[in-house]
Amino acid sequence: MFKLLKNFNKKDYMIILLVVVFIMGQVWFDLKLPDYMSKITILVQTNGSKMKDILINGGYMLLCALGSLILSIGVGFIIANLSANFSLKIRKKLFNKVEDLSLSEIKDFSTSSLITRTTNDITQVEMFIGIGLQMLIKAPITAVWAITKILNKNLQWSLVTGGAVLLLLTVVAILTIIVVPKFKIVQKLIDNLNGVTRENLNGIRVIRAFNAENYQTDKFENVNDKLTKQQLFNQKTFAIMSPMMYLVMNSLVLIIYFVGANLIDKAYYPDKLQLFGDMVVFSSYSMQVIMSFLLLAAIFMILPRASVSANRINEVLEKEISIKDGDSDGKTEEIGTIEFKNVSFKYPDAEEYVLENISFKANKGETIAFIGSTGSGKSTLINLVPRFYDVTKGEILVDGINVKDYKLEKLYNKIGYVPQKAVIFSGTVKSNVLYGENGGKKNSVKEAIRVAQATEFVEKMDDKYDSHIAQSGTNISGGQKQRLAIARAVARNPEIYIFDDSFSALDYKTDYDLRKELKKYTKDATSLIVAQRIGTIMHADKIIVLDNGKCVGIGTHKELLKSCKVYKEIALSQLTMEELL
Amino acid sequence: MKGKRIEKAKDFKGSMIRFFKELKSFRALVLIAISVSVASSILSICAPNILSNLTDTIRNGLMVNSKNIEIISNNIQNNNMNDITIDNVVITTKDQMEFINVMSSDKDIDKLPLNIKKIIEPKMNLNKVKSITLVILSIYLISALFNYIETISMAHVSNNFARKLRSGLSNKINKLPLKYFDKSSTGDILSRMTNDVDTIAQSMNNSLASLVSALTLFLGTIIMMFITNVVMAITAIISSLIGFIFMTVILTKSHKYFEMRQRELGNLNGHIEEIYSGLNVVKVYNGKREVNEKFDELNSNLYKANKMSHFLGGLMHPMMHLVGNLGYVAVCIVGALLTMNNVITFGVIVAFMLYVRLFINPLNEIAQSMTSIQSTAAAIERVYEFMDEEELNDESNLSDFLNKNKVKGNIEFRNVEFKYDGNENPTIKNFSANIKAGEKIAIVGPTGAGKTTMVNLLMKFYDIDSGDIIIDGKSIRNLTRENIHDLFTMVLQDTWVYEGTIKDNIIYNQKNVTDKKVKEVCEIVGLDHFIKTLPKGYNSMLLNSDSISAGQRQLLTIARGMIKDAPFLILDEATSNVDTRTEELVQKAMDKLTKGKTSFIIAHRLSTIKNADLILVMQDGNIVEQGNHDELMKLNKNYAKLYNSQFQL
Repeated sequence: MFKLLKNFNKKDYMIILLVVVFIMGQVWFDLKLPDYMSKITILVQTNGSKMKDILINGGYMLLCALGSLILSIGVGFIIANLSANFSLKIRKKLFNKVEDLSLSEIKDFSTSSLITRTTNDITQVEMFIGIGLQMLIKAPITAVWAITKILNKNLQWSLVTGGAVLLLLTVVAILTIIVVPKFKIVQKLIDNLNGVTRENLNGIRVIRAFNAENYQTDKFENVNDKLTKQQLFNQKTFAIMSPMMYLVMNSLVLIIYFVGANLIDKAYYPDKLQLFGDMVVFSSYSMQVIMSFLLLAAIFMILPRASVSANRINEVLEKEISIKDGDSDGKTEEIGTIEFKNVSFKYPDAEEYVLENISFKANKGETIAFIGSTGSGKSTLINLVPRFYDVTKGEILVDGINVKDYKLEKLYNKIGYVPQKAVIFSGTVKSNVLYGENGGKKNSVKEAIRVAQATEFVEKMDDKYDSHIAQSGTNISGGQKQRLAIARAVARNPEIYIFDDSFSALDYKTDYDLRKELKKYTKDATSLIVAQRIGTIMHADKIIVLDNGKCVGIGTHKELLKSCKVYKEIALSQLTMEELL
Repeated sequence: MKGKRIEKAKDFKGSMIRFFKELKSFRALVLIAISVSVASSILSICAPNILSNLTDTIRNGLMVNSKNIEIISNNIQNNNMNDITIDNVVITTKDQMEFINVMSSDKDIDKLPLNIKKIIEPKMNLNKVKSITLVILSIYLISALFNYIETISMAHVSNNFARKLRSGLSNKINKLPLKYFDKSSTGDILSRMTNDVDTIAQSMNNSLASLVSALTLFLGTIIMMFITNVVMAITAIISSLIGFIFMTVILTKSHKYFEMRQRELGNLNGHIEEIYSGLNVVKVYNGKREVNEKFDELNSNLYKANKMSHFLGGLMHPMMHLVGNLGYVAVCIVGALLTMNNVITFGVIVAFMLYVRLFINPLNEIAQSMTSIQSTAAAIERVYEFMDEEELNDESNLSDFLNKNKVKGNIEFRNVEFKYDGNENPTIKNFSANIKAGEKIAIVGPTGAGKTTMVNLLMKFYDIDSGDIIIDGKSIRNLTRENIHDLFTMVLQDTWVYEGTIKDNIIYNQKNVTDKKVKEVCEIVGLDHFIKTLPKGYNSMLLNSDSISAGQRQLLTIARGMIKDAPFLILDEATSNVDTRTEELVQKAMDKLTKGKTSFIIAHRLSTIKNADLILVMQDGNIVEQGNHDELMKLNKNYAKLYNSQFQL
C-alpha cells in the first residue's frame, strides 16, 4: 500500500498537510461543541438563567457545528480531488505499462487479471484514499486531543475508559482474526458458484443431450450449501460486533456516572460541584476517545483489502518489460525479406523448446506457408516476427536487419498482421479497417473491404461503411469479423503480411475468392501464412512443414509430396492422391 | 459510498408483495426478528428517561438540605433560644450560634458543628443510584441481546432465502427452452444469480429489521414528544425537518453524479477490456496513440464524475451532524422560553434534548433504507422475471417410449418446418428425408443454411412448427426429451469441459464406467499418451480452459461421447478443431463405433464426409441436393462447386 502511495508527488503531500490542518480545526470544533452543550444543559437546568445566555451559548454551539461542517466540506472536497486525481494518474500509468508488456508477460498475469487490476483494484485503492485517508488522519488526532482533555482529571474514570477501549479493541481484533480470512473463502465460493453456473449455461446443450441436469444440480447445490453455511458463519460471528459496541459505549457513560456518584459522595463539599461538572465533561470526551479508536479499528478492517489491491497494481507496475525498443528507424535497403537464422524458442522457465533450429528465407513477393499438426509451433513461429516473443537462440532478420534492432513502431509499420481469433473494436466498419497508423498513406477502406470479400455484407448493413460495430464485434458473425480483420491488414498496405490461421473461419468458396483477390492485390508483398487446409497453401512458393517444433520439410507442394512423409500424411488426410496432383 | 447504481423497479408494489409472499416459509424467524427489534427500540426510548433520572439523583446529592437549613434559620430568626431536634439530631443553641457565624462568613459547611453538618450536608442516595444503574444496565444488556437475536435470525432468513433463490434460478436454467438462451447473455443470468440475489440478501440483513426498528423508534419518539409537550414536539420536528429537507436536496443532486460515475466507469472498463484483449493488434498496428487518446478522454470523464460523487457522497455525514445540533439548540431555546413563562419544567427540556437525538437517527436510517429498498425491488424484479420465463412443455402425459438397447435406427423427416422466434423467414422449409438404420448421413452447406438447426430439432431442443420427425415409427412429439436424449450421442464443435479431473470430464454423468474403459476410449481418440504426460495422469485437474489446447479439448469431448455409447450419433463440426491427421484417426475410431448405428455428421471439411451414405446439401433451409459423393459430383452443381473450391488458386 505504502509503496503505491509513493506515487503521490510533492503537491499531493502539501495537500495532505492542508487536510491535516483542516481536520485539526474540525476536531477542535468537534471537541469544543460538547462544552457549549453542557453549558446550555446547565443553564436550562438552573433556575433563573437568562434567556440571553442560552441564546449566546446556543449560537456558539451552532457556530461550532457550522465551523466543523465547513471544514469537513473543505476536507471532503480536497480528498475527493486527491483520490480522483490519484486514481486518474495510477490508472493511466498502469494502462500504459500494460500496453508495453509483451505477450509472455501478459500470459503470466492473464488478460482477465490485468483487466481486474486496472479497473477493480484501482477503484479499491481510490475508495481507501477517499474514505480511509481521512479516517486515518482524523482518528489519532481526535483520540490524542480528547485524551489530553481528560488526562489527569480522574484516575478511576480514566481506568474505566481505558478498560472499555481495551475491551472493544479485543473484541474487534478477535472477530477480525476469525472472520477476515473467511471472507477470502466466501469470495472463492462465489467464484465457484459463478463457475458452476457459467459451466451450466455454456454446456446447456451437452448437459441436456446427456440428461445430466440432475448431475449439474447436485454440483450446484453442493457449492450453494457451502456458500450459505460460510456466509452464515461469518455473519453470525460478526453479529456480536454491533450490539457489543453499543453495549460497551452506553455502559461506559453509565459506569462513569456510577463511579462519579460514589466519588461525589465521598468528596468534601466544595469539591462536589466541580466533580459533577468534570463527570459530565469526562463522559462526553470518553465517548470521543472510544469513537476514534473504533474508527482506527475500522481502518484496519478495510486496509487489508485495499492493500491487497495495491500490491496487485504494484506487481504490474514493477514488472520488467522484456521486449525493448531498438534504434533502427526502419529505413532499409532490402525490402520485403524475412530471414530466420537457426531460430530456437522456449518460454521462460520451460524445459522443452517450442521451436528448434528453424532457418529459411522469404524474398520479396513470395508466399511462405506453414503447416503441421496442432501444437507443432506454427503460430509461435510467426509470432516471433512482430516480436510478441523474442527468440531464445538465433536471429530473425526483416529487410536484412535484426528485428531486435528496430524501433518497435518502425518494425510494426512494415507488417500487416491477422490473428487467429479476429480482434474487432467497438466503433464503425471504417474505424476498424483504418485502425492504427502505418507511418504513411493507407489504402482506401472500400478497396480493402473488396479485397477481403466483405463488400457484400458491409453494403447490406444499415449505414454501410459507417455502420456501428459493437464491443468485440458481437453484432457480426465470426466469418465477417475475420474478413474485417483481413481488410484491416490490407488497408495498411504493408510490406509483409502475416496470416495466423486466418482463413479457417471462412467456407471454402470465400477462402478461395479471398486468396485469389489477395494474390492479385498484394503481388509485391511477402506473406507468411499458417493454415490447416492443404487447399489454402498448396500453391505457396515455399511450404514449411513443422512437427513438434522442428522443421521436417521445406519445399513446394509437389516436392514435399515426394520428399516429406509428414506432409504427405497431412495432405492425404484431406484429399485423395488424384486431387493432390 | 459504493455509488451503486440505484435501479428503479418497474412494478415496485408487485415485486414487494411477491417478495413477502415468498418469505412465508421463514415467517416465524422474521416475526421473531421484528418483535425483538420493536422491543429493543422501545427499550431505547425508555433508557434516556431513566438515565436522566440517574443524573437527577446525582444532582440531588450535590444539594444541601435546604429544608433543614430553613428550619434552623427560622428557629434562630424567631429568637427561640432553645434546642431543637431535627431528624433525631439534637441541635443546641451553641451550635445554632456557630451556624449563624459560618453562614454569615464563608458558608463552609465543613466548619459547621458536626451535628448540624450531618443534617444539612448533601447526601447522595447511593442506594437509589445503585438500583437505577442496575436497571439501566439490564436494559442495555437486554437491548444488546435483542439486537443480537435480531441480527442472527435475519442472517438465517436472508441466507437461506438467498440459497433458495439461487437454487430456484439454477433449476430454472434446466427447465428453459434453448430459445431463451439465444436471446439472453450468460453475463446477464450470472448477474441475476450473484449480484441481484446478493443485493436482496444484504438489504434483508440491513434494511428489513432496521427499518422496522427505525419506524418504531421514529413513531415512538413522536408519540412521546406529543404526550410530553405539544409546542416542544412541533419545534423539534420542524427544526429537524428543515435540516433534513436541505440534506435531501443535496442528496438528490448527488444522485446524478453517482449514476454518471457508474456509467463512466462502465465505459472505461469496456475500453480497457477491449484493448487488453486485442493488445497484439493494437501493438502491431501502432494503434497506441488512438487508444491512449480515447483512454485519456474516458479516464478524465471518470475523474470528473469521481470527484463530484465522492465529494457529495461525503457530505452526508457532516450534514446529519449539523441537523442534529440544530434540533438540539432549537429545543433548548424554545424550552427555556417556555420555562420562563412557567409552562413547562426543566425536566421536560432535558427529556426533549434526548428525544431530538432519538428522532433524527431513525429519520436518517429510513431515508437510507428507502434508496436501498428501491434497488432491492429492482433486483427482486429481475430475479422473478427470470423465474417467470416460459418453461419447456410438460411431458408427463407422453406415453411412448423407445428402449435404448432395442432401437433399430430408422429416422424419417416429414415436411419439417421450423422458424426461430423473431426471424421473419423459416430456417427449415418443407424438409423431408428418409434415413435407414445404420446409414451415415452428412449435412453440408454454407454457414446459416440451417445445418445445426436440423440437429436441434432432432434432439427436440426446439419444437418443430409443422411436419414430423419419426424415429422407429414413433413421432418425437410423443417421446419425452429425456428418452430422445438417451438415444443420441452428441459431440459439438464448441468443446465444453469443466473444472474437474480429466477422468470426471470423460465419464461425466454416466454410471458404472471402469477406469479401463476410460483408458480404452482415450487410446482410440489418441489422448492416452498426452494424458500420461500430465503430472497426475487421468486425475489431473482441468483448472481453466487454457490448460489444454482446443484440439485436445475436442478429443476429450469425443471420448466423452464414446463412453455414452447411444444408438444414434450426432457430430456437429466435432472435428474442426483437430488437425487433419488426428481427425483421420478419430474418424476411423468413430466409424468403428458407429458401425450399425445411424449417424449424422455436419462438417466443414468435405474430406470428412466423402464416404457418407447420404449427403444432404442445404441452402437457405432447404435440401437442394441429396445423394452420395459420386452422384453429387456428377450432378456438378452446389456440392461440386463447394468441393472444388478447396484446391483452386
